[in-house]
Amino acid sequence: MAARLPRPLRNLPAIVYVAVIYGFIFLPVAVLVLFSFQESRVPIPPFNGPSLKWYAAVFSDSRMMDALTNSILVALVSSLVSVVLGFLAAFALARQRVPMAGLIQGFLTAPLTVSYLIIAMGLLITFNAVGMPKSLMTIGIGHVVINLPLCFAIIYSQMGEHQANIERAARDLGAAEWQVLLLVTVPILWPALFASFFLSITFSWDEFIIAFMVSRFEVTLPVEIWSMLRSGLNPKTNAVGSFVFLISIAIVLVLDLIVFRRRKA
Amino acid sequence: MSTGGMSTGGMSTGDMSTEDMSTEDMSTAAVEIDRVTKRFDETLALDAITLRIEEGSFVVLLGPSGSGKTTLLNILGGFLEPTDGRVLIKGADVTYVPPAKRPTTTVFQDYALFPHMTIAGNVGFGLAMRGIAKPERHLRVETALQMVGLAHTSARKVHQLSGGQKQRIALARALVVEPAVLLLDEPLGALDLKLGRQMQEELKAIQKRVGTTFVHVTHDQDEAMAIADTIVVMNEGRIEDQGPPERVYLRPKTRFAADFMGDSNFIDGRVTGAAGGRVTVDTALGRFAVEGVAEVGQAVALSVRPEHVQAIEGSGAAQPLGTARVLESGFFGTHHQCTAALDKAERPFKVRLPQKENVGPGANLALFVDPADLVLLTG
Repeated sequence: MAARLPRPLRNLPAIVYVAVIYGFIFLPVAVLVLFSFQESRVPIPPFNGPSLKWYAAVFSDSRMMDALTNSILVALVSSLVSVVLGFLAAFALARQRVPMAGLIQGFLTAPLTVSYLIIAMGLLITFNAVGMPKSLMTIGIGHVVINLPLCFAIIYSQMGEHQANIERAARDLGAAEWQVLLLVTVPILWPALFASFFLSITFSWDEFIIAFMVSRFEVTLPVEIWSMLRSGLNPKTNAVGSFVFLISIAIVLVLDLIVFRRRKA
Repeated sequence: MSTGGMSTGGMSTGDMSTEDMSTEDMSTAAVEIDRVTKRFDETLALDAITLRIEEGSFVVLLGPSGSGKTTLLNILGGFLEPTDGRVLIKGADVTYVPPAKRPTTTVFQDYALFPHMTIAGNVGFGLAMRGIAKPERHLRVETALQMVGLAHTSARKVHQLSGGQKQRIALARALVVEPAVLLLDEPLGALDLKLGRQMQEELKAIQKRVGTTFVHVTHDQDEAMAIADTIVVMNEGRIEDQGPPERVYLRPKTRFAADFMGDSNFIDGRVTGAAGGRVTVDTALGRFAVEGVAEVGQAVALSVRPEHVQAIEGSGAAQPLGTARVLESGFFGTHHQCTAALDKAERPFKVRLPQKENVGPGANLALFVDPADLVLLTG
């Protein structure tokens, strides 16, 4: 008995390992958030806060607020479009006999494997060729390109054979096709639709490369932060970075609470 | 549930005279299936099926998996279109009418209830689709739920119900819209045996009460016999036999029907004489004169149920089959059933012995059979 180490000591390697891993992941974020409350003009130690003056600076910066509005608009609209298109594609491929279904499914999910840089370049060339000016619209299209495959994959994976039978029962009881979709398919798939919508929002919210390459005068928040960073570090960049991070966390929490908790119940 | 709208055909329920699918009877049948063929790529699932289902009857399509019974049900429900042939419901051609526009509803094997709705929402769905106003809908849902004894569950969600309760809700949901024909796709398959037997009786009672034509698919011959007015035995896309349970059991038309509906012993033989609706068949177990029509020289089989094989010399009409040695014996509650090898027969015989007569392996039995119990099989 005496030779055995007490339990906390035996677990020490595991504890150290976990501490290192979490430190590696969260230390940069923690530093970012901490120095957003810095009092002085440079976000480097020693910390001399806390102060909210840099947050005040962010929220009184009209360019920053315009970018914030743009980001929200692009995230909401592009996510909505992605979910609707992804759902319709999944419904067709899961329920109808579509010629070359495998090929179509492959092309739908292929963008998941392509780097954002390549997608951005492709979009840039395409928009130039068709003479479409860079705008929030082009950013939105870019975000649909990256989020549609994700929405399709999530929703398609949830359309099982049992649910097909439930839809059959609705038709059997006299429901027209649009009624089957609205009254049966969508409500049953609600968690999957909700999850793909919120995931799309988080991806659109902090996406930089595409938004940077296909925008000009109207920019989203990540692009605005990037142009601010070019003039050097100051606690204002930390403040806006912390704000972006906070929103992302909030969305993930909402998703977790609404979708995943309910499924467990 | 209102029975008023269904009164026209309720009379024929259980009436043995509907046995023959007489062609002279031109009154509108609930369902007429006219040479329906269904092909899936290379496989022939249904081979020119013709079947007439009388108004108000409880018809059971019975067969092993792959016999085409579910395919036929799906064609009746509109979920599949036949490759060839026509389907008429109450005289109207519905062959290519989609499920939503058919006067049929279905009780699915997995119930297929709407998990996001309450029980009342489930049962009222079909009525809502028919544009029936809320107050009336509410009343009819209530009545339908009372019919299946689940009025107290109307505010619950589907996942709060047991399997047997889901089954009843599925039945109420399908019946509340007053279909011309109710289709049941192995509805008792997912229930345990005891609950399944109980639901059988309830199904039968509800069918009698509402008078709707029921078409029920199963592979369970006991279930079929317990509930059907007419059993349709199917095999490999064809109808082997159809008629009231007693007729199909006691005088099966084909070897398959005799074998699938309970146990049967078969004696192969050849016709040596035929006259006036009776034939003489020579077999390895002797010469038997039985009812039926066949040509002299034709190879035929005689089938006899295990309970018709007598182990004690019975009535004067009984003919000896020879002495058999018992191979196995089992107790089935109401009786013993044993397998016994006859000297002259190539296959062992199944014999049913009384409950209190326990005969062990190795014992010798003298077997007899009344030729009236022998069924001539030419197919």
